[in-house]
Amino acid sequence: MEINWAFIVSSAPLYIKAAWLTLKLAALGIAASLVIGLLCSVVLFYRTKGLVNLVQGYIELSRNTPLLIQIFFLYYGLTKVGLTMSENTCAVLGLAFLGGSYMAEAFRGGIEAVSKSQIESGLSIGLSDLQLIRYVILPQAFAVTLPSLGANCIFLLKETSIVGAIAIPELMHVTQDLIGIYYQTFEALLLLVVAYLILLLPLSIGLTWLERKVRYAQFGN
Amino acid sequence: MLNSGISVLVEGINLQRLMLGLAVTVRIALISIILGSLLGVFIGLIRSSKSKVIGFICRFYLEVFRIIPVLVWLFIIYFGVTNLLNIHLDGEVVALIVFSLWGAAEMSDIVRGALESLPKHQMESGLALGLSFWEVYRYILIPQAVRRMLPGAINLSTRMVKTTSLVVMIGVIDVVKVGQQIIERSVLKTPTASFWIYGLIFVLYFIVCYPLSKWSKNLEAKWEN
Amino acid sequence: MTIAENQPVLLEIKELHKEYDGATVLDGIDLTVHKGEVVVVLGPSGCGKSTLLRCLNGLENVQGGSIHLAGQNLTDKTVDWKPVRQQVGMVFQNYDLFSHMTVLENVLLGPVKVQRRAKKEALEQAEQLLKRVGLYDRKDAYPRQLSGGQKQRIAIVRALCMNPQIMLFDEVTAALDPEMVREVLDVILGLAAQGMTMIIVTHEMGFAKAVADRIVFIDAGKICEVVTPDEFFTNPKTERAKQFLNIFQY
Repeated sequence: MEINWAFIVSSAPLYIKAAWLTLKLAALGIAASLVIGLLCSVVLFYRTKGLVNLVQGYIELSRNTPLLIQIFFLYYGLTKVGLTMSENTCAVLGLAFLGGSYMAEAFRGGIEAVSKSQIESGLSIGLSDLQLIRYVILPQAFAVTLPSLGANCIFLLKETSIVGAIAIPELMHVTQDLIGIYYQTFEALLLLVVAYLILLLPLSIGLTWLERKVRYAQFGN
Repeated sequence: MLNSGISVLVEGINLQRLMLGLAVTVRIALISIILGSLLGVFIGLIRSSKSKVIGFICRFYLEVFRIIPVLVWLFIIYFGVTNLLNIHLDGEVVALIVFSLWGAAEMSDIVRGALESLPKHQMESGLALGLSFWEVYRYILIPQAVRRMLPGAINLSTRMVKTTSLVVMIGVIDVVKVGQQIIERSVLKTPTASFWIYGLIFVLYFIVCYPLSKWSKNLEAKWEN
Repeated sequence: MTIAENQPVLLEIKELHKEYDGATVLDGIDLTVHKGEVVVVLGPSGCGKSTLLRCLNGLENVQGGSIHLAGQNLTDKTVDWKPVRQQVGMVFQNYDLFSHMTVLENVLLGPVKVQRRAKKEALEQAEQLLKRVGLYDRKDAYPRQLSGGQKQRIAIVRALCMNPQIMLFDEVTAALDPEMVREVLDVILGLAAQGMTMIIVTHEMGFAKAVADRIVFIDAGKICEVVTPDEFFTNPKTERAKQFLNIFQY
């Protein structure tokens, strides 16, 4: 089998551009999900009336439907009833909608990991609720939450592969084009896999390293 | 404008076709879940074997399927393998292959986690009571392992059902593709069709997945201790 | 130990009533504590001793009766517990030092962040107290590197740094290995000698005898006896008290 190296070299810039776009969209989606997740977990922690049911409903909806459908609904569905959105906005909104519930779950796990006695200890020296969160709950929850947050980030970056379905020129879409137009299937797929490995492997390894460091500081092992 | 659109759902045989599409989705999901679970349990069991080589191969297999997005795998098998081997594979077959392998990889990790979380001394305690090696497995270890695996396995199944939505990208006529076809045909008559069709598909996926996740949560809570 | 009855009343508890899940835990508790007094609360498990302490710093809410600390009514629904808790120092059975902070950070958190005192001044006090309990050299250690007895002594220092008017000790040696019990009790004895007002819940009878100005014996949510240690240990008046003391005789 002949590998068309010339084609690979000439297509590389296209892939680099697409990879950047994937990264950008994922980063925006992750940032938005973190915010949504944090808000949701605060609502769940304080059990604010009315909002709790809303948040729980959102989480169930978000976790039980596929990203593809969420994005199709946003891009093809909502735009028909008046809302206009660019493809990139849809992609980020879809990722944020899906990611928010995953992040909320991660935060919830972290908050629950902080034992009641540590909280009472904090209350006994007169810490206010806000101070309690800042000095006791968040730092301790962080060590437990970090692995989940990291895993969610990697998950969302992988899910970004789906947004090519609405004609965003990210990695999958570019690959489809190259296969469809130039029939350089092997080369296109090779570039695709390499691109994703370059995006994901450092993240995955970096996360494991960070996890280990944080766990050592917190638990000493 | 909104009201006129909903009629597209009940026009002609639209609903029937959507349900047929849903059947394809469910079929792919079900077969992949079964095959994936069986393969996954097997791999999970041999992973903890003494041989370092086997352990490494299993670990490699798991990581490869985890790090590369499922959609990329679908492309690799659908476009790549068929191109290499000069055979034509139906999109549905490709989906079954990819999902089974991916599901097996994830399942093997769940199995491994369950086995590792079993208290170490159970075998000794069982033997001390006079049970044979296999009896300990049958009455003590396996029931406990199953309990620890089940919530994760159900969770994985839910994820697999959601991922079947991707098969539309490799040409399978599943519920999403049928929806798209209906929308294309109704574009003149009912411009808001896409809102209703995708909305319905959204709800359909929810109806399938929500009971599964609830079941998983209930099992977890029940077996908390 | 002299009874400080000529001192002003610091804490006044009247007819305190608390229920939990429909069951009565505290059934009309009356207690007056003077400044500088050391009150030891004894009683069988589940009699409500810990709950009584937890009511005093707002970790439990009460259904009836009143608590007055230096004149302030703590059972008022509108009471802000933050400033009150600075006046009431509490040390728990499980020390509960913040595991992600060093010893010094644990001790300084209250004074600096809650009481907003100057760091320099708070640091001076913290170091002085740490030296008093003999743990100054461990000030940069993390709780997981300390023994139970050391952690408990730090917990006491942490509470003292808030300059409370009254200290509450909830079975603080119950979770410690026997060798470490003494070092903690010595710290508490030192505090008593300096005139700190304290309410101590404990099972250590020898210690109770040595440190208490008064013994309060609680059973099933009610106070059965309020007497001097001598009277309690040599000549208990009630049947319940006699039964209780018998548990410790072999």
